[in-house]
Amino acid sequence: MIRTTLTGLLLASSVLGTAGMAMAQDTTITIESWRNDDLPIWQEKLIPAFEAKHPDIKVVFSPSAPTEYNAALNAKLDAGSAGDLITCRPFDASLELYNKGHLADLADLPGMENFSDVAKSAWTTDDGVHDFCVPMASVIHGFIYNKDAFAALGIEVPTTEAEFFAALDKIKEDGTYIPMAMGTKDLWEAATMGYQNIGPNYWKGEEGRNALIKGEQKLTDPQWVEPYATLAKWKDYLGDGFEAQSYPDSQNLFTLGRAAIYPSGSWEISVFNPQVDFEMGAFAPPVKNAGDTCYISDHNDIAIGLNSKSPNAEAAKTFLSWVASPEFATIYANALPGFFSLSSQPVKMEDPLAQEFVSWRDKCESTIRSTYQILSRGTPNLENETWVKSANVINGTETPEAAAAELQKGLDSWYKPAN
Amino acid sequence: MTATSKTPIRWHVAVFLAPAVLVYTAVMIVPLFGTLQLSLFNRSGQEAVFFAGLDNFRTLFFDPRWAASFWNALWNNTWFFIIHMLVQNPIGIALAALLSSPKLRFSAFYRTAIFIPTILSFVIVGFAWKLILSPLWGVAPNLLDLVGLKSLFAPWLGKEEYALTTLGLISVWQFIGIPMMLIYAALLSIPDEVIEAAECDGITGMGQFWKIKLPLILPAIGIISILTFVGNFNAFDLIYSAQGALAGPSYSTDILGTFLYRTFFGFQLQTGDPYMGSTIASMMFFIILTGVCLYLFAIQTRLRRYQF
Repeated sequence: MIRTTLTGLLLASSVLGTAGMAMAQDTTITIESWRNDDLPIWQEKLIPAFEAKHPDIKVVFSPSAPTEYNAALNAKLDAGSAGDLITCRPFDASLELYNKGHLADLADLPGMENFSDVAKSAWTTDDGVHDFCVPMASVIHGFIYNKDAFAALGIEVPTTEAEFFAALDKIKEDGTYIPMAMGTKDLWEAATMGYQNIGPNYWKGEEGRNALIKGEQKLTDPQWVEPYATLAKWKDYLGDGFEAQSYPDSQNLFTLGRAAIYPSGSWEISVFNPQVDFEMGAFAPPVKNAGDTCYISDHNDIAIGLNSKSPNAEAAKTFLSWVASPEFATIYANALPGFFSLSSQPVKMEDPLAQEFVSWRDKCESTIRSTYQILSRGTPNLENETWVKSANVINGTETPEAAAAELQKGLDSWYKPAN
Repeated sequence: MTATSKTPIRWHVAVFLAPAVLVYTAVMIVPLFGTLQLSLFNRSGQEAVFFAGLDNFRTLFFDPRWAASFWNALWNNTWFFIIHMLVQNPIGIALAALLSSPKLRFSAFYRTAIFIPTILSFVIVGFAWKLILSPLWGVAPNLLDLVGLKSLFAPWLGKEEYALTTLGLISVWQFIGIPMMLIYAALLSIPDEVIEAAECDGITGMGQFWKIKLPLILPAIGIISILTFVGNFNAFDLIYSAQGALAGPSYSTDILGTFLYRTFFGFQLQTGDPYMGSTIASMMFFIILTGVCLYLFAIQTRLRRYQF
């Protein structure tokens, strides 16, 4: 009896399986991504919008964990089992994929004319001739704060560093809230939300970043060490046991209303909006003296490219052209407030917090994360080392000077500036 | 009449061995030699792969940064192994001795309960312990707080001084069941006659354990030690799931497995380097090979076995 049932089951599954295959006449294209947070947005908004226009193409969004994405993707591409569309990390990680022949040249793709050279800069060859990913979005770093907490404690939004630390002192003294929600366990928080967040004000954004690439400045110069000195002061304002506090812990501390300030970036907006029951505000990294030019990290973060070995290249290109269209930009920017479109076409956004973030583009100078372009090509990898060192500095296990000296030594060991 | 003296070729032996040999060769031996081979090559620029001889090993040992990472990982790995040898095996033996005591009630329950963590996935163990030890919502700080000892709690997984030891103890917690079961089985296989003879000679209680039972289970302890050695020097999963591929804080929990992973597959902006990765993998293989050979030739041959 059991055996018959089993046979029946197997038979049924095989028949249904083939039936399923027979029905799949349409082309199915798969997107590889690290944005597993975005799964509902792709499934509910973006993919239906695309499929409505192109009923013969089915799109599957298949994300993996952010920290595993690069390694997993490389392995899949080498094995030939990767999806048709590849979500591109900015700069060298994707350039390497293009050089290896994993990504197709998209310079001639219809729709690419909607992007400026700056927008495409993160996904182009060093000579700027070949573009290999369609830019999707950038993220802006800053501080998100709990408006209710600030109102209750009578704190004004800080614009200078002195005001910032005064505010932190006040929150700490009051004791209701943890002044700042950040942990060093996952390392990257310390670097991305710490160093790269406040740093551009010290090294003057693009000016310092380009000087570093040209070799005119060193990481041991004061403008690169000072952000570490400031980070070291953050230690006293973080929660109990922040050394073992992970990124989701920090997010939860803030969304549960237990912390007043969350050093972060615009990418959190879409995650936080449905979770918080207080009003959120945002402020740009405070400048040293009132009236100084402010610099913000407006980092080209995400793009999408075509797997050169994709069997469905035509369908995938159709999809990419759609990604380059204003329609996609509008849906994406509003579905994911905090991911700002890189399209030259104006995009209207509804979310007030996202509007706050994007308004800094007008009053501050934009730059990208200092370690991403060119400087992370060798071993030791500057970006990864910056994670470790930033965490060490905040933990108080290494002085800012020692950390900077180590980083510069590591960079010198393989990087020779072009001139 | 000559045919009788000639032994026929026993084909069935080869036939019966073939499946295991083929599968093992395909999934273990070929990749192993592939890795060893890859470690002798390197790549310059985009395409050209060339034979590098032992250059990768020279880089690993004599480039100050590679060497520092390698020795750090090797020492951490050794410390990880030392914790297991000092904590897991003695406790395993003690638990087995307790379990084999005929006076103990509910021994089947204890045996099962202690063995269960072993069958859990590393990811579950890593995640569960991360939560238990979380300074914010963890069980440990809350429990300590209940008895007013919160000050004794530290962010164990976030401090360079403690993180590796903490992970070592978590791993011990997970795998304590294996030495316990093996030694338990060894203890049960000691014949009653030997024990009775010892009792007739007046050796009872603790003395009996040290003088009679322990020598009889030494071969089992040897096997456990070598299994622990191989397991520890191949370890990766627990550190990766609890601390991530950068094995923070400040590489203080970096063991050979995580070092290999980062190098081979790359991490975040770092792209993978299969050649240096293979070099590290080869070193892991040689270290384990040396350890196992030392055990097989220097220790196991000297262990006295008793036939009953």
